[in-house]
Amino acid sequence: MGFMDKLKNKFKQNDKEEVSTKYKEGMAKTRNSFSGKINDLIARYRKVDEDFFEELEEVLISADVGVTTVMDLIDELKMEVKRQNIKDTKEVKEVISEKLVEIYYGDDDEEMEELNIQENNLTVILVVGVNGVGKTTSIGKMAHKLKEEGKKVVLAAGDTFRAGAIEQLEVWGERAEVDVIKQSAGSDPAAVIFDGIKAAKSRDADVLLCDTAGRLQNKVNLMNELSKVKRVIEKEIPGAPHEVLLVLDATTGQNAMSQAKTFSEATDVSGIVLTKLDGTAKGGIVLAIRNELNIPVKFVGLGEQVTDLQAFNAHAFVYGLFADLLEESDE
Amino acid sequence: MAFEGLADRLQSTIKKITGKGKVSEQDVKEMTREVRLALLEADVNFKVVKDLIKRIKERAVGQEVMESLTPGQQVIKVVKEELTDLMGGEQSKIAVADRAPTVIMMVGLQGAGKTTTTGKLANLLRKKHNRSPLLVACDVYRPAAIQQLETLGTQLNMPVFSMGTEANPVDIATKAIEKAKEEHNDYVIIDTAGRLHIDNELMDELQNIKSSVKPDEIFLVVDSMTGQDAVNVAESFNEQLDISGVVLTKLDGDTRGGAALSIKAVTDKPIKFAGMGEKLDQLEAFHPERMASRILGMGDVLSLIEKAQTNVDEKQAKELEEKMRTASFTFDDFLEQMGQVKKMGPLEDILSMIPGAGKMKGLKNAQIDESQLTSVEAIIQSMTKKERQDPDIMNASRKKRIAKGSGTSVSQVNRLLKQFGEMKKMMKQMTNMQKGKKGKGMKFPFM
Repeated sequence: MGFMDKLKNKFKQNDKEEVSTKYKEGMAKTRNSFSGKINDLIARYRKVDEDFFEELEEVLISADVGVTTVMDLIDELKMEVKRQNIKDTKEVKEVISEKLVEIYYGDDDEEMEELNIQENNLTVILVVGVNGVGKTTSIGKMAHKLKEEGKKVVLAAGDTFRAGAIEQLEVWGERAEVDVIKQSAGSDPAAVIFDGIKAAKSRDADVLLCDTAGRLQNKVNLMNELSKVKRVIEKEIPGAPHEVLLVLDATTGQNAMSQAKTFSEATDVSGIVLTKLDGTAKGGIVLAIRNELNIPVKFVGLGEQVTDLQAFNAHAFVYGLFADLLEESDE
Repeated sequence: MAFEGLADRLQSTIKKITGKGKVSEQDVKEMTREVRLALLEADVNFKVVKDLIKRIKERAVGQEVMESLTPGQQVIKVVKEELTDLMGGEQSKIAVADRAPTVIMMVGLQGAGKTTTTGKLANLLRKKHNRSPLLVACDVYRPAAIQQLETLGTQLNMPVFSMGTEANPVDIATKAIEKAKEEHNDYVIIDTAGRLHIDNELMDELQNIKSSVKPDEIFLVVDSMTGQDAVNVAESFNEQLDISGVVLTKLDGDTRGGAALSIKAVTDKPIKFAGMGEKLDQLEAFHPERMASRILGMGDVLSLIEKAQTNVDEKQAKELEEKMRTASFTFDDFLEQMGQVKKMGPLEDILSMIPGAGKMKGLKNAQIDESQLTSVEAIIQSMTKKERQDPDIMNASRKKRIAKGSGTSVSQVNRLLKQFGEMKKMMKQMTNMQKGKKGKGMKFPFM
């Protein structure tokens, strides 16, 4: 029980009731089906045997956690069950959630979800990802959020390729009431970002959010283009970009790992924005990504409203996933 | 990544099984475990995988595998067949309404690629089918979605119908049909806003559009990188809208695309097109059989299957050899062999499978006229059962009847009979040759 208490206390300490409500609402579908399944599983199997583990494996795989991660987890669980001589599935419940959370946290500093915002200088955030994951929308939401926090924000319309992308960012700029630096469609994205940096500096902005065109990670020349954009930023401001955020669609399956790997190679990704988590998809792959590549999730998208982007709070996220499990364990 | 080692893993498992000569249920279990992992890694939904593995086990544990010389490979072949069966054949037809315009509705989650696909589909309709489509901007929610479609329209030099973001999507769709009739556009492609399948309000909106414009096609646009959730999405859209087909996008990426299998399994609707790039001409007909290979892990595994295929026939080749030895080879056997040949492709393969044949001089570089196969087949099929078993009963009137029935001439029938006789003689020699004697050279009737 010690672990559960710790988790709960930690969550309550944070005292972000609003956040927790958001998570709870946004992830209601996810949570219900996920912990519902685990409870189902535990109710159906009295004994901890091979069949039980096989079923558990499926529950986890259905959350897109990833086969390798799941296999490792199951192996560890089997060992733990043997070690503690657990025979009843009810007892194994706590071990399962404990292990899952462990994957999430690992041995890392739990505060790495914070955005790396510079105190007195311009902070440059580069946003990358494959097509259709929600980069532009996430930027709009981030702009709104940062502005609420009192920051002066400038957006750079680096997606010069997709039809309507610049206009889309402009609409978000209007909504968040921030400036958008753009060139015409088809122009060099590196040049747009360069302009963005100049403009942000001269306007004395706090944060520059750089949009880029969606690209599939196996397109070598497009990935090179992205590296070039990053180099331009590095050259203009030493130490920048301060964050490279990879936007991942929660609906995406195992390919998200490949995305995280390849985008990291090209741009040294520092964090993930997990979008579309308000659907039925579980985005379990972030577990594996955090575990294997040590890239933390910084924001989650829980809806289409401008306020539907939440700073990632691992405790709240895990709590959202396992709320039912935790509450039951308390009885 | 885990799946990079898949082919290796499979191969080592296959080797393990092959080494034994006979396969046990345990071996099949081991094989299917690897296959299961491969499918799950490829994002095939776990329920779909479960059903598939069950069917594969049922088929593989049967005799077919036990008697085969390379059972491990046989299992893979069964897997490939099951996958291909599930994926179905190629279907890239687009409906044509009895009275123009034909209406196509594009639906799907956010970011799947509906708007881009709308542009690509319009381009395809004009290029390949010589149609003049009208594009309709019904996505009034996402910022700049209308501009995106309008830009595509400009690039394609095609008309786009829009009423701004304040209008009701149902009204836009209805007015667009009127407009298409006025302007003589024979296709109307309606781009709708991306929405979650659990968003009742927006799903109702789609149903309203559907009931007011009565589309001839409703395409569900799905991102090929979708994970386990593909099943929920496809099932939900299909239940509420009764979609007519699926377009799989971003297939030019490096995803294994197991979602394709999941979608097909739960909706049983054909995947018609695949988005293969960002350019507007990069929409292609979807190839189910290629997808099956891709999901399995492509390259290596494919070549394994091909190897498996040749090995399957070794068993029949053995039977054939037996028949040769006892000189009980009939026209029926011959026909069966020809069926094998057709299935396998190059005729040389089957010849090389006949023990000893590969060593014979004239055969090494044999060029075989495949067109003659057809007439040989026709001649044999025109024979009675008795004639096939015992060609010696052949007389002038029988030959005449056979020639007539097969659309050939009596001399062609004669030639086949003569060659068949020679071949049988040859077979005897060949069995002798295997015992160390020297053969003369052999000719199949169709060479």
